[in-house]
This record gives sequence, C-alpha cells and structure tokens, in this order.
Amino acid sequence: MTETTYIDAIRLAMIEEMDRDERVFLIGEDVGSYGGAFRTSAGIIERFGPGRVIDTPISEMAIVGAASGAALMGMRPIAEMQFIDFITCAYDMLVNFTATNRYLYGRDCPIVVRGPAGGGVHGGPFHSLNPEAMFMNRPGIKIVYPGTAYDAKGLLKSAIRDDDPVLYIEHKFLYRRIKEDLPDEDFTVPIGKAKIRRKGKDLTIITWGAMIYVADEAADELAKDGVSVEVIDMRSIIPFDEEAILESVGKTNRVIILHEAPLTGGAGAEFAARIADKAFEYLDAPVKRVASLDVPTPYSPPLEAYYLPNKDKVLAAARELLAY
Amino acid sequence: MTTEITTTTNTHGLSRDELLEIDYYLRLTRTLEDRLVALFRQTKVIGGLYRSLGQEGESVAAAYALEYDKGDVVQPLIRNMGAILVAGAKPADVIRQYMAKGDGPTRGRELNIHFGHPAKDGFIGQISMLGDMIPVMAGIALAGRMQKKNLVALGFIGDGGSSTGAFWEGMNFATVQKLPLVVIIEDNGYAYSTPTSKQTAVKTLADKAVGVGCFGETVDGNDVLAVYDAARRAIDRARRGDGVTLLEVKTFRLKGHAEHDNAAYVPPELLAEWQAKDPLPRFERVLLEMGFAKKEDFDAIQQRVRRDVDTATDEAERSPMPKPEDAARGLFKGDGYWE
Repeated sequence: MTETTYIDAIRLAMIEEMDRDERVFLIGEDVGSYGGAFRTSAGIIERFGPGRVIDTPISEMAIVGAASGAALMGMRPIAEMQFIDFITCAYDMLVNFTATNRYLYGRDCPIVVRGPAGGGVHGGPFHSLNPEAMFMNRPGIKIVYPGTAYDAKGLLKSAIRDDDPVLYIEHKFLYRRIKEDLPDEDFTVPIGKAKIRRKGKDLTIITWGAMIYVADEAADELAKDGVSVEVIDMRSIIPFDEEAILESVGKTNRVIILHEAPLTGGAGAEFAARIADKAFEYLDAPVKRVASLDVPTPYSPPLEAYYLPNKDKVLAAARELLAY
Repeated sequence: MTTEITTTTNTHGLSRDELLEIDYYLRLTRTLEDRLVALFRQTKVIGGLYRSLGQEGESVAAAYALEYDKGDVVQPLIRNMGAILVAGAKPADVIRQYMAKGDGPTRGRELNIHFGHPAKDGFIGQISMLGDMIPVMAGIALAGRMQKKNLVALGFIGDGGSSTGAFWEGMNFATVQKLPLVVIIEDNGYAYSTPTSKQTAVKTLADKAVGVGCFGETVDGNDVLAVYDAARRAIDRARRGDGVTLLEVKTFRLKGHAEHDNAAYVPPELLAEWQAKDPLPRFERVLLEMGFAKKEDFDAIQQRVRRDVDTATDEAERSPMPKPEDAARGLFKGDGYWE
C-alpha cells in the first residue's frame, strides 16, 4: 500500500496504462513538458516521449476529434480538457460524432475525455463546471465521476480499457486534499457500479464527486441524533447503478439526492424520477434534492459558498424528511 | 456566354486500364445516382436525396490517387459518392442506406453515404455537422503515424463547411503536427442556397491555406486528369512527411441541394456555363482524342455499369427493413447487437 493523493491516482493510472498498452496516449493543452495545468501529467512526457504525449493548440474540437479519429484506428487516447468547462467547446464533436460511433456504425471509439471539474476553489463561472447532466441526455458516452483516490485510479483504468467513449470527470477540489493508501498491484473499479460508502437504515443520501464528503459530514452530525444514514457514492452516472438506489430506498424509505451541479435538469432529477417510477410504494417521504443554485457559478467566496450545497443544507433537508 | 474549355491531356502515368477504370467509376456514380432519383420518385428512398451531379470528376479522381493497400483513408461529403465507390463501397450498400434497410452498413440507423470504417473499409462517411470530419481525419492521420503505417488521410470539405470552427481547428492542428492529411476544398458555387461570395471574402478557397500555414493549390475540378495530378502530388507530399495540403477544386453543383430543391436561385446562364463543363464528357473526349478509347469502349463500360446498378438495386430492394425493437440495442459494446 502507498499513500496516494487523488491527483496522483489519476497520474499513476495514466502512467500504468501507458506502460501496459502502447496504444494509450495523452493529448491536450500543456499536457507535455509543462505537465498539465494542474500537473496531472507531470513526468509523463519524460517517460513516454512527445510521440505519446501530444501538446495541442487551444482547440478542444481538434483534441476530441483527433482523439476520436485515432480511436477508430485502434488507438486508446486520453484527451484532456484543461478545465472540464472547455468540453462545451467540443460538445458537438462528442455528442454527434464520438458518442454515435457504435450505435450508428458499429465502430469502437475507445476514447477517454477527462478534466478537472467542480467548484469550491473560487474558479468562477468558467472554471467550475459539473458537466454530467449535459451528456446524460445524449446517449453513447459513459460518464464516471470518482470521489476517492481509489476510485479515481480504478475508474480511470476501466475507462481507458473500455471499448466505448468515457467522460471521466475529476474534481479539482479533491486533487491534493484527498489521500488514501492504495494497493500497489493493478486494480480496476467497474463502470456502472455504485459504492455503499456508509451503511444506514433511516435515510439514504445518493451522491457523487466531492459531495460524498459533504454527505459524510451530514451523516456524522445526524448520527449524533441517533439517525442512521446510508451514503451511496454513485461513481458512475452513465450507466448508473439503479439497483443500488432501489435497494437502499427499499431499506431506508427516505432519500436525499445531493449533487454539485445546479438543481434543475441535474442528474438528480433522473434518479428521483427512477425512484418515483420504481420504488414509490417504499417512500415514506418525498424525494429531496440538494444541489447548487440554478445560476452560473459565482466567483466571490461568499457568493460561491451560498451557491454550493453544504452540510447545513443537507441537514435541513434530512430533518424535513425525518419529520415528514 | 461562351467560355473556351481546355482540358488537360497529360495522363500522369495512368495506364489505359486505369483510365478506363476511372471512366467506369465516373459512369457508375452518375448512373447509380440516376437510379436513386428513380427510386426517390417511387418513394422508395426514405429521406432526402443529395446528388453529386457535376462533381463526380473531382470525387473519383482525388480518391483514385490514394493507395488503399497502404491503409489510405478517404472521407467524403454528401457529394462525393464517387470517392467511396473508388475506395470499395458497394453500390448495393449505398442503395440500402438510402432505402433505410436493416442489412445495410448502418442497419437503418444512418442515411445515405454516411457509413464506412477508416481501418476496415478505407473510407469513413461524414456526420452532418460540417467541419467535424477534419479533426477526425487529422486523428486518423495521427494514428497512422503512431502505428508507423505511412498512410494518407484525404478528406473533403466545401465552400460552406470551411466556414466552421471545426474545419479551422482541424486544419491548424494537422498542419502544426505535419500530419499526412490532404483536404480537398470544393467550391461548387453554393452551400444550399448561399453563394460562395456570401460564405467567405477570400478570393479563392485555397487562400484559406495561408491562415494555417499549409500548402494550398487550386485546380479545375471538372478536369479529371488535372485533379488526379494535383491530388497525387498532395498525397505524395503528405506521405513523404512534408505536411498538409488544402487543394481547392473549382466545380459546380448542377442540381439543387437535394431533390426537393429546384435551385431557382442559380442564374440559368451560370448553370448553362457549367453544364458545358461537365467532367464526364470532357474526360471521355480526352481519352478519345488521345487514342486511349473508342466510343465502343464507353458503350461497354456503360453496359457493365448498368448491369452492376441493376444487380445492386435488386439486392437492395430484396433487403429487409430493420426490426423495430432493434432500435433499443447496440449503444454500448456487450449487448450482442454488433458483436
């Protein structure tokens, strides 16, 4: 076991996969000699050379398009968005070209698009995006969003080995704040499987990304009142682990869905609808969602703090549900 | 208005058999599209029909300059059916695509000539977002280089498509990387109803090469041998590792955007001028004058084309429609639909 930060888990996953499979390469802005804006690819060009670590112009369409073209030819590109916000510049390419390769033409297009997402670091409106819902309604791209160093490494390896396109969302707030002992041997985390982070019987919090730590804080607080909270870390948004959700709801009968993207049209809306559709009779209270405000992510710390979900917002929702 | 039309007579090392093979593909393209028009009028074509009338010459000639045994890949737009026929697409598959049949290359999921696999077929169809294929072709060229295949990727773009950001991003990236990419930029007069003069202020589309620093050249797109020669030189340059070429072909769309469009916005005298430059008779006139072919050779080719198109039509008409419930399958690997 080696103590590893979340960002190093990502870096090591890339290095180990590039070692394992010469078809894997990295392409993006400043990923080469600079080692990435966040140093996520530090040391990779020194190890693998400029033939496998490609610095590009500021052209997200070209990055994702070229990665997709190379993937059709049998390569396994990792395309980095310097901030995941810039994936919107490649949205057309991803949803119309990359995502449709299998369904329309039966072609393998095994690319990973990854990049730093999320708020809490005062990145402002163009450096704080949580893009998962933007891609949920355009079928053909798998979406994963790890919250732990273990999942960061294991899910990235699974994403690289997957024969379909995967959007791998990493939370920049967690990069150097999270450290875990990781196994030294090779391991993967399956795409599509949630993880029960904490077992409980009174209330379920369904969450992912950096919000798993907010859920932990709220669960600790509620435990003091004798409330037993189950926390489910979804980890994969597409495909998502419906079974894990329904099983937990069947047990606790009360649900909060907690996510960092804005409330309206967020991934939580889909999960809530599934619960309403398939577990209605198990519910003792309405499904509650705690999410960011329906506005662009504001820059100033007091504004951003008000905008983001936090422990108190989760506690307020939990107490409402418990009193229902 | 009368313009003197001069046609290249240098055959650039093409043998008689090769010249006649080019003629076969030219006639195949035109006859297959004529057949699709007939099927369209019989309401057997499900969606729109987009012809390449007048543009068969450059489509066939440029694609003919590639070497598919080296792994070369061609990417057509909707008006380059001739290019994929050269690369090996089956006429029956083209008809199946237009008729939305269940056993066509996309099993009824996509339309017209939007199909093909770059590594398996040597061609890849476009998606409808114009410009998007240029970055993709850059990636195909990049993969070829990484895999040490020495292949060349050749894509088509138009006077309209080259107004998109994706076109510029792809051209710029490929040029910076010195990738083995050739882009044929067609000036066919109109993007749907919009004339080239409202699409761009450059004097000639090859000038767009200046913006990215790649090679640029303009050629008469209705002169088959001139296009072949220019494409061949650009392909050789790409294969040598000397970089990207933007090769402009001056041509003209002799029909509307699609069968439903009567192209009333095209001045009749302009249309007449270009009809006189039709690439097929021009090419055949050269073959006759140079003694490569007699009229009977063309008759024999046309008979073969007719037979091939008849057979393809029969095959496609017999093809089944897709099973409705298959719409739910094959999004990701593993459900057995494509495997």
